[in-house]
Amino acid sequence: MSNGCACHTQLEPEQLNEVGRIMEPYRGQPGSLIQVLHKAQNAVGYLPREVQVMVSEGLNVPLTRVYGVVSFYSFFTTKPKGKHKICVCAGTACYVRGANQLLNQLEKDYHIGPGDTSDDGQFSLDVVRCVGACGLGPVMTVDDDVYGRVHTDKLSSILEKYAKE
Amino acid sequence: MSLINLTIDGVQVQAVPGTSVLEAAGQAGIKIPTLCYLKEINEIGSCRICLVEVEGARTLQASCVTPVTEGMVVRTNTPEVRQARKLNLELIMSNHPQECLICPRSTNCELQQLAAELGISELRFTGAMSPYEPDFSSPSLVRDPRKCILCRRCVSVCENVQQVSAIAPQERGFDTVVAPAFLEPLGNAACVNCGQCALVCPTAAIHEKDQTGEVWAALADPEKHVVVQTAPAVRVSIGEMFGAEPGRVATGQLVAALRKLGFDRVFDTDFTADLTIMEEGSELIKRLQEGGTLPLITSCSPGWIKFIEHFYPDLLPHLSTCKSPQQMFGALAKTYYAQKAGIDPSNIFVVSIMPCTAKKFEAGREEMNGSGHRDVDVALTTRELGKMLKEAGIDFNSLAEEEYDSPLGISTGAGVIFGSTGGVMEAALRTAYELVTGETLPDLEFHAVRGLEGVKETSVNLNGTTLNVAVAHGLANAREILERVSGGQEYHFIEIMCCPGGCIGGGGQPIPTDREIRARRAAGIYDADRAMPLRKSHENPAVQALYKEFLGEPLGHKSHELLHTHYLARQKY
Repeated sequence: MSNGCACHTQLEPEQLNEVGRIMEPYRGQPGSLIQVLHKAQNAVGYLPREVQVMVSEGLNVPLTRVYGVVSFYSFFTTKPKGKHKICVCAGTACYVRGANQLLNQLEKDYHIGPGDTSDDGQFSLDVVRCVGACGLGPVMTVDDDVYGRVHTDKLSSILEKYAKE
Repeated sequence: MSLINLTIDGVQVQAVPGTSVLEAAGQAGIKIPTLCYLKEINEIGSCRICLVEVEGARTLQASCVTPVTEGMVVRTNTPEVRQARKLNLELIMSNHPQECLICPRSTNCELQQLAAELGISELRFTGAMSPYEPDFSSPSLVRDPRKCILCRRCVSVCENVQQVSAIAPQERGFDTVVAPAFLEPLGNAACVNCGQCALVCPTAAIHEKDQTGEVWAALADPEKHVVVQTAPAVRVSIGEMFGAEPGRVATGQLVAALRKLGFDRVFDTDFTADLTIMEEGSELIKRLQEGGTLPLITSCSPGWIKFIEHFYPDLLPHLSTCKSPQQMFGALAKTYYAQKAGIDPSNIFVVSIMPCTAKKFEAGREEMNGSGHRDVDVALTTRELGKMLKEAGIDFNSLAEEEYDSPLGISTGAGVIFGSTGGVMEAALRTAYELVTGETLPDLEFHAVRGLEGVKETSVNLNGTTLNVAVAHGLANAREILERVSGGQEYHFIEIMCCPGGCIGGGGQPIPTDREIRARRAAGIYDADRAMPLRKSHENPAVQALYKEFLGEPLGHKSHELLHTHYLARQKY
């Protein structure tokens, strides 16, 4: 008996159907909330309002609680991911070798902070803890490519390649 | 069941298995300070104020969530315990705005009181303050996350007692905030404005929207003829604002106090409660005779109305079309009374004193202007009235009793019992029985619908027809009844009140309001009923005159225009 409004819809009907299929085995099971959100985010890429409403109705969990869980765990995101995923390592070694300057530069030039997606939808940014290349700090990954000793002056030339793709 | 033996502060104590150390200590007369704890509603051990030492335990234990065990040795008052409690309180206070002097809960704040009791004399820590601004979007309630100590009492009440779930903890760490989903303003959320959150908030993180300024301004305006109505439940609770025992019936002093404040006429919502019985009773009889939608469900409680509009819109045809007594009063004050008194209705200003925060929302509903004027201009809570009286220097308890003004102040015992759960049902049965059977009711009191049990049912024989009735208070109980209705259970008439206990436990009532206080206020309501010379709505001479002089008949054209309303299906999200 969903009477949720459609004014927030950003998703294709096929994506919503997919969420419905994911949820089916868990109907009426509030205890499966995190698992379902996890699978839904894998399928859709993020957890927009209408997905959270569907999960709330399907699992019989108040929407306030669904959003509470989504906003608590940094793994969950309510924004669509960019075409390319940037990860900046902020582990100890990378941090002392300038990961923070890198993050500041990304904020300045691309207007994205950790967890954000750039306005043009090209890049999303996450902070990670150690990618196992401490000797090359600061380390940044873009999609499956790893870049070492990334100082702020190298940033634009690296990202330029992806911006065109 | 065998009792558990334990020692608390050297005293041998026995307790039922499952009892918490906190409760067991309380039963033995040992007080342990608490902050987030709310008996049977919020027992989660989050504030760590109720810490005690348990022999053999590695760390201090939160006594509200530690069950008693055989042979347990507990110490509640050691230097270590006192120091830990103090430290935890200092940390809670470290991001609390130090605005006590100008805070609406000043002198009635559990945090303030606890700081005094634990002897906090300096602020050793200053933490990051809440990044959230106060939220004034709701017509009934103000959220001020800066003052929130994240105790979750409001969340527990909203989720479990009311099953509305308008608010929950969002985000995390220093950004944690109790708010609607997506941090939407409360005014946009599916909140029913019941104010049970405000009633249990230990601080001023949620409180009623203060409209006393509008009333002071109207009272000071020589052009305005300011009339006031008092809800049934206010007379048994207003005294508490001045230190009286809960449930003391202070009707005469309430009238005197309102006159002293400068109201031109002091009237009683009990009058329109009686009128509601005439209209709603006629509606019930009509639906029974003509095969209308049954069961008929009462419509006095604006929190309940908004609840069904959001969560059960399919069942809206079951609602009585009667406006609440508050709104009926406003409509009549600006028509019938205006004509009788020869006053231009545009100069009449109607103030209600209500035990309720949802009444503020109801007064503002767009459709509530059948006379061409707002039915009710301002609805104040019992608490707001208490503040006005204090500001005016009125010593409430020493006032001599006075009588309500005529005609809208004349009422019966049936009107006053509207204030307690089961009261509308009982008042309706008193009248329906006599109207349908044409006989005098042998026993006026329907004890089956009284009391604090969540759902009450009974059957009444009216001339060979059995009337199945049910009563629920608190919205979780309302849900249960609605599910029974959807499941096909046959009822004819249902009373639903939004707040636990009915209006005597309303969100606008004095703080604290707990189960025991509710029971005492309800007892006061039934005392007030027994003291009335007339106890059946249809015997109210002022209501009879109103029909004769103005309305014509129940459910007539004028009634339809002024006393009845319609509802709106609302979205859940």
